Amino acid sequence: MNTVESRLKTKGAFDARLHMQPTRTHRTSAFRSKKDERRYWFLLTLFIGLGLLAALGLLLYNNPVPVDSPSFIPVVQRRLEAIVAMFIAALCHSFSTVAFQSVTNNRIITPSLLGYEALYSFIQTSTLFFFGASTLASFSGTGAFFLQVTLMVTLSLILYGWLLSGKYGNLHLMLLVGIIIGAGLNSVSGFMRRLLAPSEFDLLQSRLIGSVNNADAEYFPIVIPMVMITVLLLFLFSRKLNILSLGRDVATTFGLRYQAGIIYTLVLVAVLMAISTSLIGPLTFFGFLVALLSYQATPTYDHKYIFPMAFAIGFSILTTAYFLLYHVFNAQTVVAVVIELFGGLIFLTVILRKRSL
Amino acid sequence: MIKIKNARKVYGEEVKIGPLNIEIPKAGITSLIGPNGAGKSTTLLMIGRLLNMDEGQITVANMDVTTTKSKDLAKILTILRQENHFITRLTVRQLVGFGRFPYSQGRLTQEDEKIISKYIDFLELTDLEHRYLDELSGGQRQRAYVAMILCQETEYVLLDEPLNNLDIARSVQMMEHLRMAANELGRTILMVMHDINFAAKYSDRICAMKNGQIVAFGTVEEIMKPDLLSEIYETKIDIIRGPHGRPIAIY
Repeated sequence: MNTVESRLKTKGAFDARLHMQPTRTHRTSAFRSKKDERRYWFLLTLFIGLGLLAALGLLLYNNPVPVDSPSFIPVVQRRLEAIVAMFIAALCHSFSTVAFQSVTNNRIITPSLLGYEALYSFIQTSTLFFFGASTLASFSGTGAFFLQVTLMVTLSLILYGWLLSGKYGNLHLMLLVGIIIGAGLNSVSGFMRRLLAPSEFDLLQSRLIGSVNNADAEYFPIVIPMVMITVLLLFLFSRKLNILSLGRDVATTFGLRYQAGIIYTLVLVAVLMAISTSLIGPLTFFGFLVALLSYQATPTYDHKYIFPMAFAIGFSILTTAYFLLYHVFNAQTVVAVVIELFGGLIFLTVILRKRSL
Repeated sequence: MIKIKNARKVYGEEVKIGPLNIEIPKAGITSLIGPNGAGKSTTLLMIGRLLNMDEGQITVANMDVTTTKSKDLAKILTILRQENHFITRLTVRQLVGFGRFPYSQGRLTQEDEKIISKYIDFLELTDLEHRYLDELSGGQRQRAYVAMILCQETEYVLLDEPLNNLDIARSVQMMEHLRMAANELGRTILMVMHDINFAAKYSDRICAMKNGQIVAFGTVEEIMKPDLLSEIYETKIDIIRGPHGRPIAIY
């Protein structure tokens, strides 16, 4: 062991070097510079302001009844329901997509890959196929809603439980199986749709394209607290998400239970996606669009800052898109189609110029 | 002290690692050498609890790595692999700050900030501390990761091929830093090395592995023998004396 001792004699060189260092301010900010931080808060305020403005516009603009009429408030109240639905959709999609992309360490996939939307369209289609139009029309109470949410969360729990623990223990395998299950469900429902009468198909189609007008205010008293709690749990998990996105090895080295952390995150994501899909319908690229824009607007790795930005962007996109299409272009039903079109286009652009990921 | 008792990892009929038995003493640098597929990385990962072993027991500072809470192990043992997930918009200082996670759970205290600065200075990253990781060269990034795990302030530091992809100057610099971490910060470093001359120059002990077994463990002088090395690598290896009488392998 004499080599160790002889080497230990050089002790002190580093101490000497340390004292030569100029004293500097010891601070680790989530942002690289003050300028980045100011830009973040500016953009956040801007998006929130834009969202609120568009929401206010949607509530009050072009109201067919005069302000002093007794029926003014009921009209606003009915419009408010759509705004609440947008609020919920924005919360669900922004939080779930950002969290999902972080734990999978991949910025071009969305939780839709796990087959929630395929399952949703399968449930809707098979209800119509097996039980007829009247059943589908009445398949909308609180019971039906929760049945759907429960089914979707159960599917994901089975998927995670099976594929993320034990000897498989592989996130990418799970995604692959999720995609295959989704594709399978889609083809089965596609097959059933071919056998439907045109009028039935029309009824179904309106449910299969996401729209805030699908949302039923009856569910709000239960849905809002559920979404709020789930979102809060994800937000409080931010610090651990920062570590989890460094990957399994680093997270384990820092003493985090990686597997448990991933499953916890994915369950919360599943709850959000299931609620949003059941309430509004599928919005495949919306989450992707929102997450991508929020990464651009948030120059930090820290989820504590990415989440609020994603939500602000999501809400302002939805409200602005609805406002523009309703009141400027006078197109009533195509909002989701337009959002999906833009989301899809940006998705393709990003994939083709991989650099900016 | 790192104690490995009958540890085994079975990858298939043909590929088996172990049973391994070794006691690696505290302090200094120990290098694991051997040909590809000898089980060096497997051994390191099993000690670092990143890979479950099939049989046997490993204890680090009397803590069993499979039964001790990961949270508690994170304060005495750290491990750095060759490849790491890449995060955008992460600065060097923020990365090094992650090393304090086992203590502060992400809420950095004033004390943590001082420790972070210390390791940034230690690895000579002071001027780069506000750079994003994707704005660094390979060698600088590697130093940033090493700063991160040193910042974890664990007694035991495990490194999987820390010189991978580094040029000669960067390799020497990295080894000098690690040597200093062992000498001045009192860390026990165990690492997988491919270059036996680097291992010989900077290590206190060398552990040689072949075909999933530990072939020899001893001081640099004991391992740097032509017969032993030739047998391990199945290649003719000679030893000559370099300046200061240090053994150098010629192959």
